[in-house]
Amino acid sequence: MLLFIEQILNGLQLGIMLFLMSAGLTLIFGIMRIINLAHGSFYMIGAYVAATVASYTGSFLLGLLAALPAAALSGMLVELIVFRKLYNRDHLDQVLATFGLILFFNELTRIIWGRQPLFMDVPSWLSHTVELIPGIPYPSYRLAIIFVGIMVALLLYLLFTRTRLGMQIRAGAANREMIAALGVNIKLLNTLVFGLGTLLAGLAGIMAGPILAVEAGMGESILILTFVVIVIGGIGSIKGAMIAAILVGLVDTLGGFLLPSLLRLFLPAATADGAGMSLASMSVYILMAVILIWKPRGLFPVQG
Amino acid sequence: MPFDASRFRTRTGVLLITGLLFLLLLPPVSSVMNESYLVSFFSRILIYALAAVSLDLIIGYGGMVSLGHAAFFGIGAYGVGFLTFHFQESTLFIFGFEGTDNALISWPFAIVFSAALAAIIGALSLRTSGIYFIMITLAFSQMFYYLFVSLEAYGGDDGLSLWSRNRLGPLDISNDTVFYYVCLVSLLVFLFISWRLVHSRFGRVVRGTRENELRMQTLGYATYRYKLVCFTIAGAGAGLAGALLANQNEFVSPGLMHWTHSGEILVMVLLGGMGTLFGPVLGAMAFLLMEEVLAAWTEHWMVFLGPFLIIVVLFAKKGLYGLLTGERHE
Amino acid sequence: MNDYVLQVSQLQKSFGAVKATNNLSLEIERGQVHALIGPNGAGKTTLIKQLCGELIPDSGTILFNNKNITAFPMPKRALLGMGRSFQVTSVFQQLTVKENIALAVQAHHGHSFHFWKPASKEETLEQATMQAMQRCGLLARADTIASSLSHGEMRQLDVGMALAGKPELLLLDEPMAGMGSGGSLKMTELIQELKGNTSVLLIEHDMQAVFSLADRITVLVYGEAIATGTAEEIQNNPQVQRAYLGDEQDNA
Repeated sequence: MLLFIEQILNGLQLGIMLFLMSAGLTLIFGIMRIINLAHGSFYMIGAYVAATVASYTGSFLLGLLAALPAAALSGMLVELIVFRKLYNRDHLDQVLATFGLILFFNELTRIIWGRQPLFMDVPSWLSHTVELIPGIPYPSYRLAIIFVGIMVALLLYLLFTRTRLGMQIRAGAANREMIAALGVNIKLLNTLVFGLGTLLAGLAGIMAGPILAVEAGMGESILILTFVVIVIGGIGSIKGAMIAAILVGLVDTLGGFLLPSLLRLFLPAATADGAGMSLASMSVYILMAVILIWKPRGLFPVQG
Repeated sequence: MPFDASRFRTRTGVLLITGLLFLLLLPPVSSVMNESYLVSFFSRILIYALAAVSLDLIIGYGGMVSLGHAAFFGIGAYGVGFLTFHFQESTLFIFGFEGTDNALISWPFAIVFSAALAAIIGALSLRTSGIYFIMITLAFSQMFYYLFVSLEAYGGDDGLSLWSRNRLGPLDISNDTVFYYVCLVSLLVFLFISWRLVHSRFGRVVRGTRENELRMQTLGYATYRYKLVCFTIAGAGAGLAGALLANQNEFVSPGLMHWTHSGEILVMVLLGGMGTLFGPVLGAMAFLLMEEVLAAWTEHWMVFLGPFLIIVVLFAKKGLYGLLTGERHE
Repeated sequence: MNDYVLQVSQLQKSFGAVKATNNLSLEIERGQVHALIGPNGAGKTTLIKQLCGELIPDSGTILFNNKNITAFPMPKRALLGMGRSFQVTSVFQQLTVKENIALAVQAHHGHSFHFWKPASKEETLEQATMQAMQRCGLLARADTIASSLSHGEMRQLDVGMALAGKPELLLLDEPMAGMGSGGSLKMTELIQELKGNTSVLLIEHDMQAVFSLADRITVLVYGEAIATGTAEEIQNNPQVQRAYLGDEQDNA
């Protein structure tokens, strides 16, 4: 039971990471109708810059402060150089060009940082454990991730409901022609939204640094799960991204934990473990398939 | 553009005949030149060309941007891998069937295995379109990747080694030259099938659907079914390519299904020319040659490939086939 | 008892707070041309979309040849005999005129899971295609790529494709939009010829064409049918004059 609660917290923490990734990506989809396979690259950039600066200065916070603008600025730069030319192209062109971006960024990090993964320390002030629920010690760093994610969700909520920029973004996600009609500077809005999206991806990458190995290609494994989240949540919906991210995080984490033991009830232990692991690796995709059959446009489809 | 004998330009004819002669004569010429590694290198090109042509059926002709084609490629390879593995271990495969090293059984099995999974994935993915379709095909292919990584019984992440190539009737395909010709014939047969397909009633419907699906539906076509059948046929083609690759490498691994592999096959189609049958063959050749040359020069060749790809997408979408023949493709 | 090809009753369709179709009922007699007029935004195209199945109504029923087709998907309706032309020309730009028509013909000649034989060698299809091209007056342009047709010819092709399936009911969404007077005349003749055999639901802004072609006219305002009658009845209807014709004059 204790293990179960711990797994739920782990699932939440993965869900939060996925939310940070998918919130940015779903906005970019929603507003610009562009598919960006290279979103994971900004996650990677965030992690690499944070790991490097943190190891030179010994300060996680300085790493964070350097990596956030690095992710946002590189995102805006790529938007200016490449994406502007892709807005009116078909999805296939976008897929191919952003695939090219992935190859470039992955190889570039290998040239700069080498093939060996970097490891990043958990900041000392978050390296202990806390007993949130008596009897269950849990690493405070992971709790901090959950806390940061919730704060970001709140900030995004305020941005979209209370500010002019947020209203414009929401209007744009629902109806692209409308923001043009409102006299908004679309070019600037596109660049800002792109920067916001890659900033969030960078933040996810920074926080993942101390948990995972920082290596070239790290962006792609989370990117695929992010796609699953967006398909489930509905393209362009932040609310959908939040709910689907938590759902996918929980299913992915609990699947690996519960399925083998569940199958042991019916099958011999060795078979159960093997089949359980295989099923667990497929669980989020099966979830996606089920939701697709039920609601092809995701749980919270945005009109338009 | 539809095929029509009167439009069949001389330049195209010259290109195709030159290409065919080149491929037919490659093994004797390379043995004279003492460059016998070329034969196995070009076998690989032919296999990838087959996969690229099958992908072009869905993307170029059907307008379905699938980013999961490598899954069917990999499934085909594992189809052969499973049967050969159980043959080597003398153990039972599923449902009491034994393994085999007979290509006449294991290759068709690989094709059917891939087609069946393509039908299932297609049935789910084609409920959507556009960006959703791209993401879903990508996600499902990654699902297979992770599934096969988790299959410890079949080597998991490390993959399966085959002791030798399959038996194919009287042909000794462990000989690289014989195997090369088997790959060439497979490619030509698949090209011929695709050519008939594209110009049949079915092909016409698929091409119409790519251009304007709503109009096709108001004309009375249940487009979903046609797209699904097209997707399945392409899956079968990729399955054959996978079966051949398993024999070529005498090794299969989940890496074959990784989505970057799908991306590479897609790049081949783009380089060669989308919506043409012979373009993807040229594209596979160009891509693998480029990889070979660049990789010999620097291990970081992908840092050049990425921007090159972006430039091709932005400025030269016609593809090699269009450049060489001067034909406008669809 | 009248012989109706289409009976629509109490159709409702809302987009958010906007009622695009409001409690709309409409009957079309077999062989007649029934025109649908109304100011922009009255919900004419939305109605066509519901009739052919691109949109599903929130409530109400659509009977086609006394068969309830309210929930049928688009292809099924088309095969039952409902043809549609589009407000914005919707032809296959990269195919030739002949191939465009052939696709329309082929839909009504059994399924198209023929994988092997070249489509251009299927005799029955060829003949029917030739006839259909003749009928819409594009035989001479058979091998022209659709994208290089003139605007008027494209409209002809669009309607020709809808006609190629020999529909019982033809839904024409502004077939004369953007056509010169010569083109409009040609189209008027084409529709005139259909009378008696094919029923037509015609949306058109060209009032001259509407009053000369239509057996009956329905006036649509804010998704509601405010009047139905012959051309004369409609012209003399005070409510129509106020709501629609007057409105038009204000704009002019």
